Amino acid sequence: MSEFVDRLVARASEEGLLDVAYATVDTPLGEAAVAATPRGLVRVALPNEGVDRMLARLAADVSPRILEYPARLDEARRELEEYFEGRRDHFELQLDWRLSHPGFYRKVLRATSRVPFGEVISYREAAERAGNPRAFRAAGTALSLPSAAPA
Amino acid sequence: MAEALPPFQVFLDEHLAPVRAFLRGMVGPHDAEDCLQETFLAALRAYPRAEPRNLRAWVLTIARRKAIDHHRSRSREAKPVADPETLIDRPGGRGEGSLQAGLGMSPRHSSIWAAVAELPPGQRAAVVLRFAVDLRYREVGEALGTSEEAARRNVHEALKKLRASAGELKEMAR
Repeated sequence: MSEFVDRLVARASEEGLLDVAYATVDTPLGEAAVAATPRGLVRVALPNEGVDRMLARLAADVSPRILEYPARLDEARRELEEYFEGRRDHFELQLDWRLSHPGFYRKVLRATSRVPFGEVISYREAAERAGNPRAFRAAGTALSLPSAAPA
Repeated sequence: MAEALPPFQVFLDEHLAPVRAFLRGMVGPHDAEDCLQETFLAALRAYPRAEPRNLRAWVLTIARRKAIDHHRSRSREAKPVADPETLIDRPGGRGEGSLQAGLGMSPRHSSIWAAVAELPPGQRAAVVLRFAVDLRYREVGEALGTSEEAARRNVHEALKKLRASAGELKEMAR
């Protein structure tokens, strides 16, 4: 990045104008991307989604004030890299949940985000842990939506 | 909302080089970078309310305001607006992008750009947008809030003055 852009991004961040910061991460599957608001990690784009599509969605759903600012994502990038290198089985990142649908979907995500690494649960169990055992179809839907909660 | 705003990063990547070329023509390379910072910071501040259909005209309007502010604060200090020498890019300078060619980057052109600095602001902006940023007359008009005809007239008037002060402009007046 140019010196000009570095300076601009730093000032934007200082003045609270940077609503979403993002960075790309190299993974064995290709280029992924992570995005954070001041509240925490808001979105992860796996290589099949692509950075451009993630940015367009964030612009529409969170704010168009988005700039590449890897410094704000140091921790997320480190944990993801470790995860893909097999040296990490859980994440300790602060999450911004705003993109997960409120209500039952979000409860499902929160429940599955507590499932330990390597353990598999069914949609029915996920629905149960989210407080409504009969809503296993809705649980399946919740888990097919893009969000930041790493499973 | 009919049309969505692109992520600011995409907007920045697309418009940084042309806005830089415009500001170099308006305030000279020395001060262009500061004006450029102010321009894009102001753009970021106002971005959620921007008109997605013509973002180039929108950001050029901000840039022009910053250039005017700059000249105002300069004239309070009673300094000349542009020294011909400062309009020549130094090799290894911090300029980037490919739009410098039209900006008088050879000593041969410095006298022309000294004359550009003497133009009335509206004509200066029009001629810089036409030849340094390479916009069409319609686009020059959009950026300056005038009609295409007025843009054409401004550029025409500017070129007439420039021809009078420098004899080597014919090649630019394509």
